[in-house]
Amino acid sequence: MTQAASCYHCGQPLVPDAAFSVLIAAQVQPMCCRGCQAVAQAIVDNGLGEYYKSRTALPERGQEVLPAELDQLRLYDHPKIQQSFVRDTGEHLKQAVLILEGITCAACVWLNERHLMQLPGVKSVQVNYASHRARVTWDAREITLSKILAEIQQLGYHAHPYNAQRAANSREQQRKKDLRRLAIAGIAAAQVMMLAVALYAGGWYGMEAGTVQLLRWFSFALTVPVLVYAARPFYAAAWSALKIRRPNMDVPVVIALLAAFAGSVANTVWGQGHVYYDAINMFVLFLLGTRLLEQGARERSVEAAENLLKLAPAMATRVTAHGQQLVPVLELVPGDRLLVKPGETFPADGMVEAGISGVDEALLTGESRLVAKQPGAAVIAGSINIDGPLTLSVTGIGENTVLAGIVRMLDQALAQKPRLAQLADRIAGQFTWALLALTALVGLAWWWFDPARAFDSVLAVLVVTCPCALSLGAPAALAAAGSHLLARGVLITRGHALETLARVDHVVFDKTGTLTYGKPLLAATHPLAEWDARQCLRWAASLEQASEHPLAAPFLAQIAPEDLLPVTDARNEPGQGVSGIIDGRRYFIGRTALPVQADAAETGATQVWLADETRLLAKFVLADTLRSDAKPLIDALKAQGLRLSIFSGDDAATVRHIGEQLGIDDCRGGLKPADKLAAVRALQAAGGVVMMLGDGVNDAPVLGAAQVSLAMGGGTQVARASSDIVLLSERLIEVAHALVLSRRTMRVMRQNFAWAIAYNLIAVPLAAVGWVSPWLAALGMSASSLIVVANALRLK
Amino acid sequence: MTSILFFLLGLTLLFVLMIGLGIFWAIKNGQFEDMEGPAQRILMDDDDPLLPGRRDADALKNER
Repeated sequence: MTQAASCYHCGQPLVPDAAFSVLIAAQVQPMCCRGCQAVAQAIVDNGLGEYYKSRTALPERGQEVLPAELDQLRLYDHPKIQQSFVRDTGEHLKQAVLILEGITCAACVWLNERHLMQLPGVKSVQVNYASHRARVTWDAREITLSKILAEIQQLGYHAHPYNAQRAANSREQQRKKDLRRLAIAGIAAAQVMMLAVALYAGGWYGMEAGTVQLLRWFSFALTVPVLVYAARPFYAAAWSALKIRRPNMDVPVVIALLAAFAGSVANTVWGQGHVYYDAINMFVLFLLGTRLLEQGARERSVEAAENLLKLAPAMATRVTAHGQQLVPVLELVPGDRLLVKPGETFPADGMVEAGISGVDEALLTGESRLVAKQPGAAVIAGSINIDGPLTLSVTGIGENTVLAGIVRMLDQALAQKPRLAQLADRIAGQFTWALLALTALVGLAWWWFDPARAFDSVLAVLVVTCPCALSLGAPAALAAAGSHLLARGVLITRGHALETLARVDHVVFDKTGTLTYGKPLLAATHPLAEWDARQCLRWAASLEQASEHPLAAPFLAQIAPEDLLPVTDARNEPGQGVSGIIDGRRYFIGRTALPVQADAAETGATQVWLADETRLLAKFVLADTLRSDAKPLIDALKAQGLRLSIFSGDDAATVRHIGEQLGIDDCRGGLKPADKLAAVRALQAAGGVVMMLGDGVNDAPVLGAAQVSLAMGGGTQVARASSDIVLLSERLIEVAHALVLSRRTMRVMRQNFAWAIAYNLIAVPLAAVGWVSPWLAALGMSASSLIVVANALRLK
Repeated sequence: MTSILFFLLGLTLLFVLMIGLGIFWAIKNGQFEDMEGPAQRILMDDDDPLLPGRRDADALKNER
């Protein structure tokens, strides 16, 4: 049944009476909107229908490519912009690394690869499934970068260039080095274990002394590369920790390694006692393996975080006496006159000199409706020009913009954040001293009673005490939880986030873009004459064909392209509306440019009117609607016993309306960034551990001040940079999941610590009195580590 | 007894060296860079002649 009622492409519910469909594999499949229809059609037309058979997750809702967006893509062809991310790999051949947004499963990777390979001029495409990055090589004579980017957009994904030269190279080198170390430790461990079995068996049944010595020397030869090469990272970490006199977990690890090796070598040379080569190899293999897993999880987080930092085309159109010219934003100076076209972002703060337009300042103020700008009004860098072209004179650039000011506020908020010390390392310091003291004591005691056994007992104590389990306990749990969350679209960007998340008792939401979609959707149609709603919509969409206004998109999404009527003499009145002639009569659609009077607006929604020359035909209400999983999230969080609030910059009535729908009592509207900050501080002063969810620049300072913060993946760069967690998937319900998982992670970490400490408390005294045979010591050490890792892997 | 041990241990050493060189070569060639992609990619039938786009391409080839 759900099949029939949901969009075949994106899985969202179908709008009643909207008739969109695409013929896929000889079957007519329903589509929810024009965007999905366009994307699905593009996929089928390019012979990529296999995608629908292979996919395991639904893509984002399709969006039509707006002409304005294509214009912006064209900026990437500018040689000055390309300098930073395009490499020349041969004559006419260029290579760039692209970050792909919207990848949800392996079929998406395949789709992009196949489609790009079909384009003439594209020489090679490799998409990395884990990092969502594509390395594309193309022939500059046959195709342009903007064309490649546009093709990706047509499939419903977004691509933007990534500056690969920076960090990625050194990270790759480091990873290869780590892999080589793991390989050496693995091969050596396998061989030495085999020899160890022979030695233990020989110890039991009896073995010639010469054979024993041969096997020992062979084990020694295999262990040397492990100790010299594979274990090197531990020496380096322990040494730097000792230099600053703050011993970490690596210090006892190195002591145990070196002591076991020295003892084994001594016993090999003298041909007596026990050897611990197998324990050494196991030890190094386990530690390196976990380190690599942990590093892998962290690297994927870093890559995902880097993918968010877009390389925006920082170009502006400067108007001089000689005409217009495209210049890099860095070259602007106050007093320059700029032309900002509809759909463009203001590159600098300025004063409007000419033109009338509506401006979207939602990123800065959280206000979801357009703000009208006339000559003399101030505009802020980062806001978006919507309606008509504006000419402005620059008043502030770079550091002097309002945007930069908010970023500075954010820096201060971040600096005040409480720093959580790592528990394991704190224990490690004390553990090291306790271990050394104990070993010395054991050695002295045995020296007193039985000098012959002193050396072996000291060695047993050092090997059997397992710093391994203690040092693996926290990282293994964090790595397991982190990579599990990332697979579900939740990216942890700060180390402390999981730990703090587990203690959260108050969740604060921003409204626009967080609980809601952050863009207007058609909420209601009220026919005012004898026409029915469907007819009104059809006429409205037809008129809006000519408009690039963002308010036009929700109309066009309702009506199939073949149902649109031809419009002649279309006139676009910037900031007011559109008019045109259909079937010989003139119709108007818009907010103000009407021949007849419309009554006053109500709060919380944008109203658009359809009229002919004598009367009003319909009223459309466009509103920013709630995300479909907002209500389930709120219910889930309430079930977890958390207190909830909404702090929004939007007007109080709208916020209250949303709060009532969701069942949240504490709803505060009309707050400026500073007010939000104060409100969160007040909650914290009352003892609350606050988690903040937001998306806009205006949320950034609050996100920084809350103990733990979460930004929407589609939000602004500043918001994402200042948050501890980024919701890449935009599926709100994952927040509830993350909260539950964080508590489980903390529980697992505590279990691991408890186990490691309990093991040491039992094993060390036994070793000290000489009751632990060498094979038991080695087994105990390995088992205690394995248990810790297995426990962490339960976090699923 | 000891001579066969010497022979076997020598053989082990040889194998260890071969395995080690093999893994190093694989690491150098980036075989471990994308650990998930290849597993997924093998499931995609991009040579399926029944795909509409593919069939068209094949038909064109046959006509020539």
